[in-house]
Amino acid sequence: MRRAEPWLALAGALALVAVAWSAPWLRFVLTLALAKGIAVLGILLLLRAGQVSFGHAMFAAIGAYVVAFAAPSMGDVLVLLPLATMTAGAVGLVIGLFITRYREIFFSMLNLALSMVLYSLLEKFYAITKGSDGIRVAPLRVAGMAMEGAGAGWVMFGTALVVAAGFWWLARRYLISPMGEALAGIKTRETRLEFMGVSARGVLLVDYVLSALMAGAAGAIIAMTTRHVTPLLAYWTSSGELVFIAILGGAGGVLGPFLGAVTYELIRVYAAAAFADIWQMALGLALLGVILFAPGGVWGVIAGLLRRARAS
Amino acid sequence: MSAVRNASVLLEARGLRLAFGGVKAADGIDLSVMRGEFLAIIGPNGAGKTTFINMTTGYLRPQGGSIHYDGEDITGLPPRAIVKRGIGRSFQLPQLFTEHTVLQNAALAIAARRGVWRPFAPLLSMGVIDEARDLLNRFGLDAIRDSRADTLNEGARKLADIAMAVALRPRLLLMDEPTSGVAASEKMDVVETLARVLREAEVTAVFVEHDMDVVERFSDRVAVWSQGQILALGPPGDVLRDPAVLREVIGVAAVDPSLPHA
Repeated sequence: MRRAEPWLALAGALALVAVAWSAPWLRFVLTLALAKGIAVLGILLLLRAGQVSFGHAMFAAIGAYVVAFAAPSMGDVLVLLPLATMTAGAVGLVIGLFITRYREIFFSMLNLALSMVLYSLLEKFYAITKGSDGIRVAPLRVAGMAMEGAGAGWVMFGTALVVAAGFWWLARRYLISPMGEALAGIKTRETRLEFMGVSARGVLLVDYVLSALMAGAAGAIIAMTTRHVTPLLAYWTSSGELVFIAILGGAGGVLGPFLGAVTYELIRVYAAAAFADIWQMALGLALLGVILFAPGGVWGVIAGLLRRARAS
Repeated sequence: MSAVRNASVLLEARGLRLAFGGVKAADGIDLSVMRGEFLAIIGPNGAGKTTFINMTTGYLRPQGGSIHYDGEDITGLPPRAIVKRGIGRSFQLPQLFTEHTVLQNAALAIAARRGVWRPFAPLLSMGVIDEARDLLNRFGLDAIRDSRADTLNEGARKLADIAMAVALRPRLLLMDEPTSGVAASEKMDVVETLARVLREAEVTAVFVEHDMDVVERFSDRVAVWSQGQILALGPPGDVLRDPAVLREVIGVAAVDPSLPHA
């Protein structure tokens, strides 16, 4: 399965490019899907340690607001993206230093609480953040060239794809390393880790910072694509959405988050068009279906099909 | 088995005290563990045997007294600091990473010892895998090395648990009931394997044990625990025939009224 994964990833990337090219209006949707997939990849890394964060949208919001604040003075995608990612990672390190003392429900709820603190700050400090109106992102450049119209859409789509591929590769390497393998130890036998001379907190901290970096990059891409940031990016439902996508996509493989995110966004777009008033119900039913009939998520279904194809 | 090769003290506990509420789990424990010996700890449930292991390995902090290891005061140090000094432990309930295979479990312990926690180099391609295989061979676990840890029988789980402790190359290993839950037919095999591996690795061992046949055959000395105190200490031939010990430990168990009688 591990060997088939890069080919699946390549096929998936080509399919996305083909769809974005043939249906330009979907390019925007797919860019956002890829960005969310990157954030969900961070959620998956935490799930490997048995921890669920209901507040990771805060790191996406940090990434997005860094873009919004910095765009007027240094509006180049190649500057803003690393700046936003590193800022989210740095905040993740500070928060992680204390939050990695906690596990399970306490871990989940503390993340939620902190994300809501950020939400409140973004909403109340109107003089700086323009409150719930949000900030319009100033025009951007890429490598010094102005971005306009369809070209801008393609630049952001390409950026999302490259960043997604980079983090996908990073997560793959990380999960088979001793630190990545030790994550399951936090889930199952934390005592043993300590008696191996390993700091479980340290292992979880690296994991947490990586997940914050990913969410920060995702937030930056979302801000640069939608060109508008609001405090809603940090609201708890945004964090819940990331966990929702993680379950929908499946936590078994690092492609799961991207499969989940694309599925989620497409269901959302088509459900909203087909039954405008009850489109959330379509999402709910989709998740219910996954939990009842495909607990491994979209990735689990695909992996199962591949395994069967190989066996026969 | 009077294989006390070097009669110097490796671990020295002095006046250890720890109470849980009103229960004295350690009530002035004085014990010296000699380099190279196999020391068995016996005694009824609740006598404080596991508490002694927990205090020595840093899991519990004693309320009084001191623990010296190799001349250094290690009282109250956290588990990680104690592990780094060469004290290992295994658990009454094996603490394996249940989502991993036996080989991965061993490899993780070896990687931990080598300090190879670089985030992006694969666990199973750093020379770690060869050492892990060798370790499992020594423990006779090579046939099941690719099985997931949660699918093993009790004997294999105990051995794998101890193998992970041995992977850290301890000089002192504390084992909490290495044979409990192991089928009677496997028990001697498990202990034989264990004794051989530990002797080869020149590990000093302290183990809590309820099976007197195992104690008799594999210990150099026996410490008898009772209500947080050491009732008797000496070679198994003497201690296991001491009337006071028989009454306190073995006698109590033999006529325990709570046990069903045929």
